[in-house]
Amino acid sequence: MYDVIIIGAGVIGSAVARELSRYQLHILVVEKEEDVCCGTSKANSGIVHSGIDCKPGTLKAHMNLLGNEKMEALSKELDFPFRRNGSLILCFSEEDRPRLIKLYRQGIENGVPDLRILEKEDLHKLEPGVSDQAIAAVHAPSGGIVCPFGMNIALAENATENGVEFRFDTEVLTISKIPAGYQLLTNTGELRGRCVVNAAGVHADKFHNMVSARRIHITPRLGEYCLLDKTVGGLVDKTIFQLPTSSGKGILVTPTVHGNILIGPTARDSADKETTDTTAEGLAQVLWSAKRSVPDLPVRQIITSFCGSRAHEAGGEFIIGEPEDAPFFIDAAGIESPGLTAAPAIGCHIAEIVCDLLSPVQNPGFNGHRKGILDPKTLSKEAYAQLIRNHPAYGNIVCRCETVTEGEILDAIHRPLGAKSLDGIKRRVRAGMGRCQSGFCSPKVMEILAREYQISQLEITKSGKDAHMIVGCTKSDDIPL
Amino acid sequence: MNSYNADTMHINTAQDAAADGIQFYDIVIIGGGPAGLAAAVSARKNGIENILILERDNKLGGILNQCIHNGFGLHTFREELTGPEYADRFIRQAAALKIPHKLNTMVLDISKEKLITAVNSTDGLLQIKANAVILAMGCRERARGALNIPGSRPAGIYSAGTAQYLVNMEGYMPGREVVILGSGDIGLIMARRMTLEGANVKVVAELMPYSGGLKRNIVQCLDDYGIPLKLSHTVIAIRGKKRLEGVTLAQVDENGKPIPGTEEDYSCDTLLLSCGLIPENELSRGIGTEMDPVTGGPCVNESLETSIPGVFACGNVLHVHDLVDYVSEEAAAAGKNAASYVRQADGGADTAPAEKFESGDGATPSCKDQSEIPLISTGGVRYTVPKTVCIDRMEDLLTVRFRVGAVYKNSFISVYLNDEQILHRKKPIMAPGEMEQIILQKTQLEAVKNLKTITIRITDC
Repeated sequence: MYDVIIIGAGVIGSAVARELSRYQLHILVVEKEEDVCCGTSKANSGIVHSGIDCKPGTLKAHMNLLGNEKMEALSKELDFPFRRNGSLILCFSEEDRPRLIKLYRQGIENGVPDLRILEKEDLHKLEPGVSDQAIAAVHAPSGGIVCPFGMNIALAENATENGVEFRFDTEVLTISKIPAGYQLLTNTGELRGRCVVNAAGVHADKFHNMVSARRIHITPRLGEYCLLDKTVGGLVDKTIFQLPTSSGKGILVTPTVHGNILIGPTARDSADKETTDTTAEGLAQVLWSAKRSVPDLPVRQIITSFCGSRAHEAGGEFIIGEPEDAPFFIDAAGIESPGLTAAPAIGCHIAEIVCDLLSPVQNPGFNGHRKGILDPKTLSKEAYAQLIRNHPAYGNIVCRCETVTEGEILDAIHRPLGAKSLDGIKRRVRAGMGRCQSGFCSPKVMEILAREYQISQLEITKSGKDAHMIVGCTKSDDIPL
Repeated sequence: MNSYNADTMHINTAQDAAADGIQFYDIVIIGGGPAGLAAAVSARKNGIENILILERDNKLGGILNQCIHNGFGLHTFREELTGPEYADRFIRQAAALKIPHKLNTMVLDISKEKLITAVNSTDGLLQIKANAVILAMGCRERARGALNIPGSRPAGIYSAGTAQYLVNMEGYMPGREVVILGSGDIGLIMARRMTLEGANVKVVAELMPYSGGLKRNIVQCLDDYGIPLKLSHTVIAIRGKKRLEGVTLAQVDENGKPIPGTEEDYSCDTLLLSCGLIPENELSRGIGTEMDPVTGGPCVNESLETSIPGVFACGNVLHVHDLVDYVSEEAAAAGKNAASYVRQADGGADTAPAEKFESGDGATPSCKDQSEIPLISTGGVRYTVPKTVCIDRMEDLLTVRFRVGAVYKNSFISVYLNDEQILHRKKPIMAPGEMEQIILQKTQLEAVKNLKTITIRITDC
C-alpha cells in the first residue's frame, strides 16, 4: 500500500513527486513509457511564460505567475538550464493595436512585472531580427526559456534521490475505489494507494472519468515545431510571439537554452491520443508564420521537426484538486500551456492538498539539491584536462555535432533513473540532437548502452519497447533466402 | 604572410609553444580519411618532415572503411579495389613515410593563428600550433530533419551511411523491408548491400527527375537486382509509433510538390535516406574561412588555400566528390601547396631535397592581391573549385572541378578568358551526379593581357 501513487512521470508528475518527497510518504510514480519526459513534456516550446495572456483570476494565471517566480531558484537547486531572456509580443497593424494594449493591461492585472509597450524604433533596437512590419510590441522581461527535458529529468531524479519510487513501462488500465483508497490495475499487476495523483497528460480524462461522475474531456491539441541549427542561434535573443488567437499563443520564434532556434507550434485538435505525427501543411504553416515575425529565418538551417500534444480540456482551465465525488483522487488535468511554467507551482499546490489529506511528517533526509550531468564544455581548459586525467571517458567525443563525451553518456546511464534508450540519452546529454541527427553517433551510443547494461545490441531501442534499432545480424540463420 | 618576417615569427612561435606545453608542427592535417592521408603523403614527399594527422575515429581510412564494395582506385592505381583496400594503400604509404597520427582525437577548435585545440582520452586536452593546416574533415549525410518529411518519428529511419556502418562494420541488419529515399551513391550501394544480406528493397524514390548518383551505380546496384527507381517521387508520410511501419510515396511536379492522387503506400520497417552530403565545415567556420554557399565548403584559390593564409582544404570538406581517386588527386595538390607555403614561411629558401619537387623551384611565389582572377560559374555550371586563380602561383596545368545544375545532353563545356573562348568541348551527357573537370594551362592565361575573368559555362552549340 502506497501513500501516494502518481500517474505519469512527465513534468507535472515529477514536480508533484519532488514536492511530496519532502515528507515521509511512501510514493510511487507509474509511467507507461520507458522513461520520464515521454509525452507532452518532451515536445513543447520550452518557454517560461510571463503570464501576460492568461485570463485574470484563473488558476492558469495564478499558477503561471507563481511558477515563473519559482523557476530561477528551482533551476539552481536542481541544476537545469534556464534563462530569463524576456518575451516580445508583436503587433503588425494599427488595427491590432487595441488588442496589444488590452493584452498589456491584462498582464498588469495578472501581476506580470516590468511590462512595457515598445514602439517600432525601440522594438527594433532591442531585437533587430524582427520584421519591419511589426509596429509595436509588448516586452515582458520576466519571460524565460528552459530545457524541458532537463527540468523534468531533474525533478524526477531529485524525487527518486529523496525516496520516491518510479515504475516504468507500467500502464494503468483501471482504477477503482477501495475503502482504504484506490486500487490500480496495471499491465504489470495491482497497486494500491491511499491517494492518487492524476498527472496523465492527454490521458488524464480517462483516469478522472474512472472515479468521478463529473466527466471531463481532454482533446490532444497537436503542435508542430521546427528546430534550427545552432549556427543561426543568434537570430533572436528574446522569445518572439504574435498577438494570441483563440486557439492559443500562436507561432513563436525563440532561442533555446542550448543555442538553437525553435519555431512553432501549430494548434490542431486530434482524435488520437497516441499520435504525434507532423504534417506537411503544419510544417509549412510554422515556416510561414515564423517568417512573418522574423523574415530572415534561414529555412535551410532546419535540423529537425517534431510534434507535441497539449492536453486541452474543454473548459480551457487547469483542473487541479479532488473531484467532489472522488476524495483522495487529485487531478492535475488539462495542463496545457503554460503548464511547463506552472509545473513548480502545481507541484507545490498538489503537495499541499496531499498534506491536508494525509498529514505527513517531514522527511528529515530530504535534500533539495541535485547536481546535473557534468558538461565538460562548461569547464576551464585546465579543469577539463584534469577531468580527463581522472576519467579518460571525458576525452572521448561520441557525438561530434554537440560535442558529447562518453563520460557524459556514462553519467546519463548510471545516475538515478538513468537512460535506457537512445532517446533517453539524447534528452539527458543531447547526443544525437545536433545537425547530423545521430547519423554518426547512434551506432556508438548503441554500443555503449549494450556494454553498460550487458545486453545485446539487438535489445537496444530508440524509445523503449518495440522501438528496436536493429532487427538481426547479417550472418545469422534467420535470414530468408 | 609576406608582409612580416616569417622566419622570426616561426621561431618565436615554436619557443612560445614549447614553453606553454603546446606542441608544434609544420603541417597539421585535420582528418585521416582519403583526403587527409593523401595530403599528408604529398606534403611529406614535398619535403616537410614535421607533420601530424588528427583523426576522430579509431582507425585511419575514414568512410572508406565501411565501403566494402569494389570500384575504387581505377584512376589512381589502375586496378579495382574495395574501399578498405584503397585506404590501406595510403595508410601504408603514410606509415612507410613515418607520418605520425593521433586516433580518437577530436579537434574542438582552430584559431586564426592556427592554434589547434583537440581532445582524446590518453593525451587529454591538446594544444597544437601549426604553420599550415589542411582541412580534410569530409562530409556528413543530410538527415531527415533537413528534408522536413512529415509523419511520426519511429526507429528504423537511417541515413544510408549509418545503415552501411551497421551492416558492414558491425554485422547488424537495420531492417528487412526497405524503402530508400534519394538516389545518392551511398543509397544505391546500400540497396544492393541490403538485398545481398537478404532484405527486401522495395523501391528507391528520387525527388529530382534525375539520379544524384553515378550511372554505373544505378546499373550495378538497382537494375541488376530489379529494384525500381522512381524519379520525381518523394516520401510524403511516415507511419509507425515505435518502429517504422510504412511510408507513402507520391510523384512530384516540376516544383517538387506532391501531386494529389499519385500516393502509394509501402509497408516497410526501414527507410534509408540518401539525399545529399554536406561538407562538415564547423571548424572551418570557426577559423573564419570564407564559405561558398553552393558547395558548403570553403572558397579556395588555385592552391586550394582558403581565405585564411596557410589553411588549405581538400576532399569532401571542400566539395562533395563522386570518386575517391579525385579526392586523392586534389588532396595531393593541397599537401604539396601546404608544403610550399611552409617553406616560404620558413624564409623562402628551400631546405628540402630538390628532387622531391615536381616543379623544381619549390617555394610558392607571392600573388599580388589584384592578380587573383575569379572563376565565374554560369550557364548551368553551379560552382567551380578553385574559385580564384593567381597566375604567378599556378602550376603549368590546373585542374578545375565543377558540377552542372541539371541534365545536359549533347552540350558543350565552354571556357572564356575575358570574352575569348579557349575551350568548347562537346559532352554527350552531363548530370548533377557526375563531377566534371577542365584543365587550365598557365601559358594560355599568361598570353591574355589584362585577364580579369575566367568564365565556365554550358552551351548548346
